[in-house]
Amino acid sequence: MVMKKKKPIQKLPFVVLLFFLLLFLAGVMSGEPSRVLEQSWQICLSCIGIG
Amino acid sequence: MELGRKWVQLVIAFLTNGYWGFPATRTIYQGPLKVVCAPGLNCYSCPAATTYCPMGALQQLMLSIRFNLENGQYFLGWYVLGCIGVVGAFLGRLVCGWACPFGFIQELLYKIPTRKFLVPRPLRFVKYGMLFFLVILLPLVVVNEFGMGITWYCKYICPAGTLEAGLPLLWLQPELRQTVGLLFYNKLALLVFFLSWAVVASRPFCRVACPLGAFYGLFSRARLVKLQLDPAKCTNCKACHYVCPMGVKFNESPEDAECITCLACMERACKFDAISLTVGGIPLRAGEVRKIVVEKTE
Repeated sequence: MVMKKKKPIQKLPFVVLLFFLLLFLAGVMSGEPSRVLEQSWQICLSCIGIG
Repeated sequence: MELGRKWVQLVIAFLTNGYWGFPATRTIYQGPLKVVCAPGLNCYSCPAATTYCPMGALQQLMLSIRFNLENGQYFLGWYVLGCIGVVGAFLGRLVCGWACPFGFIQELLYKIPTRKFLVPRPLRFVKYGMLFFLVILLPLVVVNEFGMGITWYCKYICPAGTLEAGLPLLWLQPELRQTVGLLFYNKLALLVFFLSWAVVASRPFCRVACPLGAFYGLFSRARLVKLQLDPAKCTNCKACHYVCPMGVKFNESPEDAECITCLACMERACKFDAISLTVGGIPLRAGEVRKIVVEKTE
């Protein structure tokens, strides 16, 4: 039984994924989700070009 | 597969815009789901929106960074960046092809039978300028006396916001019609321009002006799920050039930042099995996986 050719698993996507996962967790720890929720519950009229 | 993709687009468009109580309440959804990031460009001021728009939220955080820091709140946009970064690292611009409601609308418009035109390739760089200047830099730097900036991209450009939020809110809340001015007409003109362009060219907004597409495009070399070219099988017949809705010449640039992984080149063009869908470099297609197993046991 001879292993002829093996397609390597790319590591870069996992490193990038881990980085953003940590960023996400840092955001959660600093309480940003509640801030985002607060913003997204309001209609920002000037943001959509009205008013 | 193309029909399957259309169904996925439709389902995701309904999931991210699933609040249908708005004609009765005459306002937007204000439930807990709004903490979830919409994968595509989907205005969170849209009355039916159940999730938040990553570009809108990022601008909101950028414009208030100084104000927040002065008040001891360390909101630097990490949560939003983390959310779209995780999506980007997994899927990259596959999101544009499968999960963006505004991309879906453009695809439907392109089906209208008319003469079709190409989108000049250099215009693709405009969206990176939009991301850097209008989404990040200007909201951060141009601030008023209270240290607050404005959402430059949403306010002056975003046609998805005009279509999904501006027009429905004017319909739901007639009193707002008195406040409509030049700014809104300018945005309306931009919406009409991009929708008209989408009839005669494939996905012009995604290719030219979408900052979220630009952000996901940054992951073209480092995303987990992507199409891969087998140079040994490719005959350079250029069949993939003619089916790509984003104008990608896949045999020449298989890691092109414009590739939305719609699978058109793999399914409809390549007759030599030179293109495969991979996850972390491992092919997903049954034939390819079988081949690796055979190679290992030989």
